[in-house]
Amino acid sequence: MKNYLLPSLRLTLVLIVLFGGIYPFSIFLFGKLSKGHGDGITISKNNQVIGFENLGQNFTEDKYFCSRPSAVNYNASGSGGSNKATSNPDYLKEVSARIDTFMKHNPHIRKEDIPSDLVTASGSGLDPDISIEGALVQIPRIAKIRKIPFNKLKDLVDAHSEKSFLGCFGPSKINVLKLNLALDSLK
Amino acid sequence: MSTEILGILLVFVITIILAIPLGKYIAKVFSGERTITDFMKPFERFIFKLSGINPDREMNWKQHMVALLTINMVWFIYAFVMFLIQGSLFLNPDGNPSMTPDLAFNTAISFLVNCNLQDYSGETGVTYFTQLFVITFLMFVSAATGIAAMAVILRAMKEKVTDKLGNFFNYFLLSCTRILLPLSLITALLLAFNGTPSSYAAKASIKDFHGNNITVSRGPAAGMIAIKHIGTNGGGWFGANSAHPLENPNYFTNMLELVAQFIIPAALIFALGFYLKKKKLAYVIFGIMTLGFLLLVLPTIYYELKGSPTIEKLGIAQTTGAMEGKEVRFGPANSGYWSILTTVISTGSVNSMHDSSMPVSGAMQMLAMMTNAFYGGCGAGFLNYYIFILIAVFISGLMVGRTPELLGRKVEAKEIKIAAIIALLHPFIILAGTALSTYILIHNPNANWAVKPSTWLNNPGFHGFSEMLYQYTSCAANNGSGFEGLADNNIWWNISTGFVLILGRYIPIIGPIAIAGILAQKKYIPEAGGTLRTDTITFGLVTFGVITIIAALAFFPALVLGPLAEYFSIY
Repeated sequence: MKNYLLPSLRLTLVLIVLFGGIYPFSIFLFGKLSKGHGDGITISKNNQVIGFENLGQNFTEDKYFCSRPSAVNYNASGSGGSNKATSNPDYLKEVSARIDTFMKHNPHIRKEDIPSDLVTASGSGLDPDISIEGALVQIPRIAKIRKIPFNKLKDLVDAHSEKSFLGCFGPSKINVLKLNLALDSLK
Repeated sequence: MSTEILGILLVFVITIILAIPLGKYIAKVFSGERTITDFMKPFERFIFKLSGINPDREMNWKQHMVALLTINMVWFIYAFVMFLIQGSLFLNPDGNPSMTPDLAFNTAISFLVNCNLQDYSGETGVTYFTQLFVITFLMFVSAATGIAAMAVILRAMKEKVTDKLGNFFNYFLLSCTRILLPLSLITALLLAFNGTPSSYAAKASIKDFHGNNITVSRGPAAGMIAIKHIGTNGGGWFGANSAHPLENPNYFTNMLELVAQFIIPAALIFALGFYLKKKKLAYVIFGIMTLGFLLLVLPTIYYELKGSPTIEKLGIAQTTGAMEGKEVRFGPANSGYWSILTTVISTGSVNSMHDSSMPVSGAMQMLAMMTNAFYGGCGAGFLNYYIFILIAVFISGLMVGRTPELLGRKVEAKEIKIAAIIALLHPFIILAGTALSTYILIHNPNANWAVKPSTWLNNPGFHGFSEMLYQYTSCAANNGSGFEGLADNNIWWNISTGFVLILGRYIPIIGPIAIAGILAQKKYIPEAGGTLRTDTITFGLVTFGVITIIAALAFFPALVLGPLAEYFSIY
């Protein structure tokens, strides 16, 4: 009792203060110096915050590049994936329906040009990115609706493509929110 | 595609390069030699003084056990009570509610035992107070408990040591202040400067691109996410864990988190070599573990990159691979690598949803937790491997007709009995739990419970069975990842997995310490020509064989019913 329980209780108290209080508070203080000051990095339009750089938003209109399907409908007060297995027949019907919808809105492309990230839900439900192929395949549709030349949109996509980390590690990607913001300011 | 493979290779190489010097450092810390962190000494003395502990009091293995279990019990009661009343405590800007008793029971145990199975979602299920003062706290101390247990065993394996095995509280505090805290601080700062939130601000309410009102969960997450990986804990701040763009903002943080969760388990193996002055033994163990790891990770990466056969039939392109449940910024190859690393090591954090992995990947993830001995979590990995070494020593001794010996000490019936019980307990609790749940699901699908068993599963058929098998495997291995489609926040799953968690943690810690303690008391016989050497590749392969046979024989039927049957139904 004297050798174990009391020391355990006292050590526990000390460490609760250290790891629950002092440790995160010092990270908080340093975090103030970071971009976004520890509150998350925001994106603004006309000095108005319209979202977070890392958090995806739902785009479904034909005049914008659309984002990936989301199991939580891009509601960032929560997060999560569909947790559907690739052997699940209901899930496959869902994906099939997404492909049909995409084909209806993009009649000028071939089915085998649709990259799978555009019709599958992400792990977090908040994925901010799509693949470069996913952006390129949407250009004909947007060019037609916005009456912007194809090449100009292609340049826009190229300019916003984020290449692999340090040029050679990991996949390349494109942030949909930033891309659509730039698209709106394109004249 | 090749950039994805390069990214994985880079992470692996960086980890090994960092782990060797870290292992040397850890060995020095536990043998009391001078290190660069000795400036912490006054601070540690101050903590011991506040706690009324004399760190120089030597303990035998039984006293170590009493100390370990006593302090763990204190943590359990503290955590359980806090989860029950968190809704009415401070630091709760989002107004999240208190937990139900069964969820509080499950969550308290889960973080206490370094598992971090989460039957709640971080955004709604806990408060900033419990995230920091309970969960972050437990992440440090549960990892330190594992490392301290390993320190006891290392001490017992040393030559000329008898029953004086150092002081538990001393090993424990050194693990906290010299290993976990500095590494976590570095990791947390890197995360904070890459966009992970670190302030105490409540949910953000803003108007989005389309002018709709949205709320965004955040909080002082960076510190917790750092120790979640450094301590191989794995419980996420957010529900989606490290798939969440704030918890793991970019490819750099993803690499950081991969290195962070791997570095201590790898370093501890090298620490063993430096501490016992048997470097070759450490390299052989590390080599065998790496062999096991590669056999699990390579098929996973292959099948994830290849994409889903059922999606392929729908006629679209899978240029990057299987994307359901995965994030574009990480890609399938890296997600596959992470999914095996996190299950081989007992982290259990995820950067993709394992429930949506390809069938072979799911089988490999489960197999990683079923063997539960390649690398392993903070301390616990070596403890499991130690059991298999003993069994291998015993079997090889029988085969060549010599008295089995481990590092100069005779291994006899008592030790082997303990080792066998531990080796068999793991499959027993997994398979019994799965069998019981399956029985309830089949025979009482509409039982009048809060959540009807018929609604437990998120996917039909073989994969549904895998969801239940995965859950118990994850608990017994103290991993904490899940096939998250399973509806696990209800009394049946909270309570049954709670007991599996306790059995899967404490018995595999008590057993090896008992064995090491008993062995240390035996007479030390110096190595001679007739000694069976444990630091050879041959012996390493025998150990590998023992692990394979135990895992394969025990789990193969269950894997056939789950992921393997699913594989043959779609390929």
